[in-house]
Amino acid sequence: MDSANNSDGDVPPGGGRPPGGAPPGGPPVRAVITLVVNGTEHRIGVDTRASLLDVLREDLGLTGSKKGCDHGQCGACTILLDGRRANGCLALAVAHDGARITTVEGLADGDRLSPLQEAFIEYDAFQCGYCTPGQLCSATAVLDEAAAGWPSAVTPDITAATPMLDAAEIRERMSGNLCRCGAYVNIVAALRDTAERAERQSAADAARATSAASDARSEAIGHAQGVGRR
Amino acid sequence: MRALERVEGRDKVTGRARYAYEYPVEGAVYASAVQATVGRGTIAAVDAEAALAIPGVLAVVSCENAPRLRQAADAELAVFQSREVSYRGQLVAAVVAETLDTARDAARFVRIEYAPAAEGPDVRLHPGHPGIYKPDKVNPTFPADSVKGDPEEALPASAVQVEATYTTPAEHNNAMEPHATLAVWEEDGGLTLYDSNQGSSTVRDTLAEIFGLEPERVRVVSPHVGGGFGSKGTPRPNVVLAAMAAGVVGRPVKFAFTRQQMFSATGYRPPSIQRVRLGADGTGRLTTVVHEALSQTSMIREFVEQTATPTRMMYQAPNRRTAHRVTRLNVPTPSWMRAPGETPGMYALESAMDELAYAAGIDPVELRIRNEPETDPESGLPFSSRNLVACLREGAERFGWGDRDPRPAVRREGRKLYGTGVASSTYPAYRSPNQAYVRADADGRFTVRIAAADIGTGARTTLTLIAAETLKVEPERVAVELGDSSLPRASLAGGSSGTAGWGSAVVRACEALLPKLDAGLPAEATADTTDEVKAQEKYARHAYGAQFAEVEVDVDTGEVRVPRMLGVFAAGRIINPTTARSQFIGGMTMGLGMALMEQTVMDEEFGDYLNHDLAQYHVPACADVRDIEAFWVDERDAHLNPMGSKGIGEIGIVGAAAAVANAVHHATGLRVRDLPITPAKILTGM
Repeated sequence: MDSANNSDGDVPPGGGRPPGGAPPGGPPVRAVITLVVNGTEHRIGVDTRASLLDVLREDLGLTGSKKGCDHGQCGACTILLDGRRANGCLALAVAHDGARITTVEGLADGDRLSPLQEAFIEYDAFQCGYCTPGQLCSATAVLDEAAAGWPSAVTPDITAATPMLDAAEIRERMSGNLCRCGAYVNIVAALRDTAERAERQSAADAARATSAASDARSEAIGHAQGVGRR
Repeated sequence: MRALERVEGRDKVTGRARYAYEYPVEGAVYASAVQATVGRGTIAAVDAEAALAIPGVLAVVSCENAPRLRQAADAELAVFQSREVSYRGQLVAAVVAETLDTARDAARFVRIEYAPAAEGPDVRLHPGHPGIYKPDKVNPTFPADSVKGDPEEALPASAVQVEATYTTPAEHNNAMEPHATLAVWEEDGGLTLYDSNQGSSTVRDTLAEIFGLEPERVRVVSPHVGGGFGSKGTPRPNVVLAAMAAGVVGRPVKFAFTRQQMFSATGYRPPSIQRVRLGADGTGRLTTVVHEALSQTSMIREFVEQTATPTRMMYQAPNRRTAHRVTRLNVPTPSWMRAPGETPGMYALESAMDELAYAAGIDPVELRIRNEPETDPESGLPFSSRNLVACLREGAERFGWGDRDPRPAVRREGRKLYGTGVASSTYPAYRSPNQAYVRADADGRFTVRIAAADIGTGARTTLTLIAAETLKVEPERVAVELGDSSLPRASLAGGSSGTAGWGSAVVRACEALLPKLDAGLPAEATADTTDEVKAQEKYARHAYGAQFAEVEVDVDTGEVRVPRMLGVFAAGRIINPTTARSQFIGGMTMGLGMALMEQTVMDEEFGDYLNHDLAQYHVPACADVRDIEAFWVDERDAHLNPMGSKGIGEIGIVGAAAAVANAVHHATGLRVRDLPITPAKILTGM
């Protein structure tokens, strides 16, 4: 009781180093790793204690990913790590040498916002904006996960090829991302609208593909001209 | 007025919006804080040797070597100025290092020796606490007590009586962005602070005072703030710590509280113990209203939540009394959290009104309508406008209240019991003096400047609409610059007064500009509404609302879910429907959290809050929130401000918890008078 340590909450009391760490007073241990962030390759020396989140924010200047709790409890730091959503604050940078990362800065195609980004603005799916990068990365992954047929805890039929992203599915799948402003109602609406548009689009694509295929067959029989697909 | 998407929306969805910690300042280093591990005592010695020996550590700052600061009104800002520890978690030292990891690591090696106090920390709020006293005033300047008629005489003589004690726990604001500051001492001796706050003018003035600078030498930059909900309304220790550390090491310093540290360092809603007594005649007309509230504050600063103040004007009753009492404990200093006073106070009053409705056999909506006052019952002032009844009626209609069977605990399907509840909402309509500047350029564009804060409220967008309307141009031609103390002085984003105060100054500046436009461009104009606000006529100005909730309660697990919440509000003219709706729904969502999950638990052995992170302090997650709808009635009020608006940032949380609690009673027959309504309380109660 008579001596203090930093009450960060994430260190054991007593102030000692975990076994195997550098001794007190020793220099930080650094390692050079490669990260491909939003398509750009970075060869970078990192502190072996650093999280991916801190490397993105403090070393690469990509401050779009946010630090809300640094303990994987709020989701503000959600990034796409090798294609899957992950809390950047829980990922040790040195353990992800060679990783491909997408952050909120990489969601748009140049000046063209992604459909989800557009929908977030249209539905006012944020207020202060601090959880928004994590919400958007998470929501982007939710669309991919559902398209890949991943069920959630509330999916009625877990054998379904692609679970329908109805409101209940979205709420369940987005519950790793806290929003204290209380924009959930609008986040769900934005995601649902985007998912419905994507479903309509893929249905239309499928229909077009079928008809294109059938056209192609007819053309193969009677004509020399190829069939273009957009 | 037309609904406008957030003007900074694109920046927020692309990650371009910069928050305090994120400015690319050359040579910035990092600070990490050390907190007291005793709840009461004196710092005997600080041993910084081990920390300073770590490569990359630049300084350890504590009471032993901290630069002396000028005294601030808020003792929490006297960072490292004393050896006294009055609560566990108090800031006692900081490490400054070249990197974030080194600063955090080195903070663990700062050894602090304490001379503990003879007695352990006194941390438990209870009605028998010997230190209970009557404060001179309650937040911000209300009298502690009020009385009218003879309530003690009238109550026992009333045909119907309700007496109940309601308790609310400590709750933490938990804005998503931790309190953060990047402090830069400029070569000319000036101080630049990139800071997360609810009012850059206030931070500038306070920091100038503490560091003995002219206010013009301090610049506070805060264009984007990741939420505050009151906790960033006054400067918190982060901004002092960062500025001090930057001075000590001669480098720019970045500092953010960790989520865990926020629970003791950045304020919270204090717990309350409230006794409400209501008396009514056989028709439900109130004869007596008594509301007494007990709360806690810290040893170093008095903050008393104005919990019983809404009861002073909510309903008619000839006999009435309100009282606030407080006691000082070895606890962190409480402060503002969304609708301080109204939120816990209206939970208690509106729960008691529901109990009275049952005791008198009157529908809860009808009971409230029957007790509508003609004028403010205590001050006697006329209401500038008051449309509580319209909100109740429209809400009842929209929610489908009409065919409600009042009997509790009779709607069961399988494991679920269903119920509905109602409660009133209210929040005062304040306005503060402000200054604004506007310029018209030859390209047809207008620039508005005011040191207002957009903490997620949509202020930037709303002020754009206000300026565009006054200038009679499309909003696309107006750019609003805010969140910078170098802009014309502005009041806080607090007390739901932002739009009213800032908007008034923007309207006046735009009005002053209009006649100049024909004389050639560019043209500019300014405004200062100090005189206008001072000359305001006396009215009781409040917004009102009615909230309805439906709950389902699992009889086996005790879990309460809220399939539906619906609010109708009367808040003057709604300026931007898009952002207004988000504000109402956001407040209701936080109210849902208050009802069912939010509580911070005091460590009664050692002090400080135990569940100090977001895994243990539960705020609503996406799956907790199903269907929340907000509507508003058309309200015209000529006694407010040029826009005719009332504040909307806080009213959404007021009454929400009571609506849910009343619905839980309707579903189960159980009155849980102690928030939050957790499964354990349901199961043991049933």
